[in-house]
Amino acid sequence: MRLIVNGKPHSYHGSPLKRLSDVLRDDLGLTGTKVGCNAGDCGACTVMLEGKQVCSCLTPVGQAAGKPIATVEGLKAHGSLSRLQRAFIKHGAAQCGICTPGMLMAATDLLAEKAKPSEQEVMDAIGGVLCRCTGYRKIVDAILDAARTPALPEMPDAGAAVGKRVCKVDGVAKVEGVERYGADYIPSDALWARIIRSPHARATFMLGDFTPLIQKYRLNRVLTSADVPRNGYGIYPDIKDQPVLADGIVRYKGEAVVALVGPREAVEAVGLEELPIIYTPEAPVVGVIEAAAPDAKLVQADRPGNLLIEGGVKKGDVGRGFAEAAAVAEGLFQTSFVEHAYIEPEAGWAVRIGDRIEIHATTQTPYMDRDEIAGIMQLPPDRVRIVPTACGGGFGGKLDLSVQPVIALAAWTLGKPVACVYTRPESMAASTKRHPARISAKFACDAKGKLLAVETWADFDTGAYASWGPTVANRVPVHATGPYHVPHVKNWGRALFTNAPPAGAFRGFGVPQAAIAHETLMDDLALKLKIDRLEFRRINALRAGDLTATGQKLEHSAGLPQCLDALVPHWNALNAEVEKFNARRKGLRRGIGIGCMWYGIGNTSMSNPSHMRVSLRANGRIMLYNGAVDIGQGSNTIFVQIAADALGLPMSVFDYVMGDTDRTTDAGKTSASRQTFVSGKATELAARDLRAQILRLANAGDNAKLCLDGPILMISDGGATRRIDLANLPRLNDEADILMGEGRFDPPTTMLDADGQGIPYATYGFAAQMAMVEVDTELGTVKVKKIIAAHDVGKAINPTQVEGQIQGGIAQGLGLALMEEYLPGRTENLHDYLIPTVGDVPEIECILIEDAEPLGPFGAKGVGEPGLVPTAPAILGAIRHATGVRITEVPVLPHRLHAALRQLPMVAE
Amino acid sequence: MASYLRPSSLDEALASLSAATGQHPIILAGGTDYYPARVGKALSDDIIDITAIPDLRGIRQTPDGWRIGATTTWSEIAAADLPPLFDGLKQAAREIGGRQIQNAGTVAGNLCNASPAADSVPPLLAMRAKVELRGAAYARELPLSEFITGNRRTALKPGELVSAILVPRPKAEEVCSTFLKLGARQYLVISIAMVGIVLEVDGGIVANASVAVGACSEVAQRLPYLETELTGRRLNAALANRVKAEHFDSLSPIDDVRADANYRREAAVILVRRALTALVKRNRG
Repeated sequence: MRLIVNGKPHSYHGSPLKRLSDVLRDDLGLTGTKVGCNAGDCGACTVMLEGKQVCSCLTPVGQAAGKPIATVEGLKAHGSLSRLQRAFIKHGAAQCGICTPGMLMAATDLLAEKAKPSEQEVMDAIGGVLCRCTGYRKIVDAILDAARTPALPEMPDAGAAVGKRVCKVDGVAKVEGVERYGADYIPSDALWARIIRSPHARATFMLGDFTPLIQKYRLNRVLTSADVPRNGYGIYPDIKDQPVLADGIVRYKGEAVVALVGPREAVEAVGLEELPIIYTPEAPVVGVIEAAAPDAKLVQADRPGNLLIEGGVKKGDVGRGFAEAAAVAEGLFQTSFVEHAYIEPEAGWAVRIGDRIEIHATTQTPYMDRDEIAGIMQLPPDRVRIVPTACGGGFGGKLDLSVQPVIALAAWTLGKPVACVYTRPESMAASTKRHPARISAKFACDAKGKLLAVETWADFDTGAYASWGPTVANRVPVHATGPYHVPHVKNWGRALFTNAPPAGAFRGFGVPQAAIAHETLMDDLALKLKIDRLEFRRINALRAGDLTATGQKLEHSAGLPQCLDALVPHWNALNAEVEKFNARRKGLRRGIGIGCMWYGIGNTSMSNPSHMRVSLRANGRIMLYNGAVDIGQGSNTIFVQIAADALGLPMSVFDYVMGDTDRTTDAGKTSASRQTFVSGKATELAARDLRAQILRLANAGDNAKLCLDGPILMISDGGATRRIDLANLPRLNDEADILMGEGRFDPPTTMLDADGQGIPYATYGFAAQMAMVEVDTELGTVKVKKIIAAHDVGKAINPTQVEGQIQGGIAQGLGLALMEEYLPGRTENLHDYLIPTVGDVPEIECILIEDAEPLGPFGAKGVGEPGLVPTAPAILGAIRHATGVRITEVPVLPHRLHAALRQLPMVAE
Repeated sequence: MASYLRPSSLDEALASLSAATGQHPIILAGGTDYYPARVGKALSDDIIDITAIPDLRGIRQTPDGWRIGATTTWSEIAAADLPPLFDGLKQAAREIGGRQIQNAGTVAGNLCNASPAADSVPPLLAMRAKVELRGAAYARELPLSEFITGNRRTALKPGELVSAILVPRPKAEEVCSTFLKLGARQYLVISIAMVGIVLEVDGGIVANASVAVGACSEVAQRLPYLETELTGRRLNAALANRVKAEHFDSLSPIDDVRADANYRREAAVILVRRALTALVKRNRG
């Protein structure tokens, strides 16, 4: 069969029924086309067939024979990036980049038809491609701009990189389709591991004889729990409760039971009904109420009361606070399991090299992976090498192990490379989720609107295994007052085991759930006291000098008042607009709402150091040995910006390596919004160290200017210039490093005492967002019309990327509020589990407040999670403003809002 | 070993279909339902891919109306020059999946897949469409309402395939139609409920009404009581007020992840009223 891809003929000899996407990737090696679902739900695999966009995962290659096929690899014209590709880079339209090829092809289809499309036409054209990172706005901007021959911004001069909208250092690879993700570049001789998962939420099981199956399909091996040296893993050093492969008991639907290893076709051909696994299902423990009941069955036998952890924060005397209050508001709030829905399913491959194991996989945390695999395999950590691939979205879901233990064990045992790529349903069934929360909260204030007391009890459903449950249960009590000054606080939380998927880390670690509670109660109090909702928040906003619920004095960088001030003109304008709209429309009602947040950057009261290295190499280049994984947020880029300015050289002389545990040092995990603040600071220190070494070498003063010209380093100091030929200097190592700068930073925190008092975080991000919605009161549907987001980020190292984080967080917050609800067994795909499309995300205006954090690199804090936290509260507040419905449960699916609207007392219109 | 045939004529396809022994071959067109049902599974079916058969593609006028070939894609429907009778179907064509799905997926395939939430069914029911079935030595026609017999069930017999959808020409000169879909997000969304309406109009009076509702019963249905109620009424703003909840008693919606049954029932009423209002507005120009 002849295939014509990007004008070049290829011959293909396999089945005509094979998915075009698989043929492109596996047979032709064109891995620029991505596979996110194999079901037409995500559009990542979009290519053009005869000039029209199609999902290549739904196209039998037999239909494509002889017809022109265009993929991302063909977009470059005459060796240079197309206008569309340049526009994507300029606008930061690619974050993790996994949807980028699909977006580019969908847009190419449109632009071929219409050179200057309208915004609506752009949205219609890319409506079939899901993006989980960007919130789509920058993609739409890029496509609209593509008509205008966009020029890429120029590289800033030496010393001027921080604060500039520089292009992503890995942007070109992403728009060319050559970025390497977990499922790309798997060695052709790799065996395939297919993990067999429990169809039951709770069961005991017995394994029969696999020999006939192994013989029938010529499998290389079936791995069972008996093959795992230490069959338990988990985030916490003392809680390794999740088995790699279940040992006679399964505790959630989707839990790994055995792994079939063999040629890919062989493992895929095995029918589930052929497996000798006999399950005895039992009634599962569902939800926290059932889990906490006195007679509840235990999920884990050694966890009495199904309790994982309980703890909290206590300050002052809440009894007194409530007694003195002029107004009190309280409520019970509930949220669902939420799926990360990164467009790249978990994937990777492992290979044994001598007495070491090497794992190439998508991850957010190479060093934790290394240590965990070492533990599971009972090897010293230095015999495990993790080489992170590009990460096609994480959001917390790739902090836990996925494919790694099985591929490592199989490759170790069989002596051949072994790969594993999750299917979409498998990814959704197996991976961690956002913790469902059940939060009772009570807020009180005095007659002037000053908060007096907050009391919160939060129960989190942590699912079958601990994962990040303790983190959520620790973080929430600290944050549950909201970003407000409260003298009397008692916030308590616990995490309970159930027979559900393990709830883990998901952008915000429980704080988004808590924010729904505190912001609704803030609205309640404002309404009771007839104080404007924004003003009420300003009265109570934490400021520098205030004490938090944990007794921590905020010394610097508490920019919530500035965020609120920045919103005031928008708030007033939209308030008037909404009033006018509602006066003349029936059936549609608009409303505005506001949500505020704060978020401690980095681990809660736990050391979370970063160690970064920056070297000067013999070839005259600067090498950033970066142990932190860029999951799309752009850490690779801002580290280079930071290092460039700290060193006094332009970004163009930099190379970097990311996350490879053999070549970098431990910069911790990409979580808790910590990379800019923690690893960014370590990068700055490393670059300053390198600069100091260079200056010492040249005996130059602090103000000397550096310049690299090939292998020649020039140091100019007060009129004198010293030239050093780096090629002649002794090398430190095989990497040809000449000088090595080192930087370490661990944010200063203290342990929390029994009452939760202490310094849990060195700094906090703050934000206030407002939303305008339009509610169809007959159907209960909600359309978010506009969001204005003011964020105190300390310093925006790269404003485009900061906006990208905020917009992407907002899209996820919108999903949390309006549509996302993971139900095990029922929503394990991207058409029953809905995430926002381009049509759901409104115009977003970002306002960046820079209240510098002295500890951070150039004053920067973090923004990865803050973008998401206030969005759902702002939307819920807006729905309430529009309709009078006070929402206490998300997602607000149309039928739920419809039912709530029916229960309202007659509202005078 | 699975076979994959891509015949270039209908006769060849039918011959292969009737010659098949054992498991019936799967008729494949756009693939937009076939592949999603096999995520992570080996592709081991015997396939007859009908997309290379020129006779099955495209829309043609016939003496009695129109013939939509079985492999006509949603995008082709949306782009075709067709009278207002097809407005509803065209609207559906732009709301099913994303552009990628519309470029590959076929209307006939959507019927054969027989999902309760199939977006093509309400508009085609309202258009009183028939399904043309071909066997090796015969052709037969079935009203669409008799073709889809249940959730994922059709009247297709072994050895048969759908060769076309037949749309009869309405009696009245003046016809208007519309489609309205309700989902929990924009784009790429499975309908919570949807309606297709066709009105034949004579001198400002509704001469014939057909109203169909989908995703509110195992198979989308027309609403005969409502149709009777609308017939003979003036096409004006008051028309939507004729729509009463009892006209929808024949529906049997279910609770699922998208919505509950009560909501679906009420939403269907609202959608029909709105669709009628939209038609009245459009008719006024």
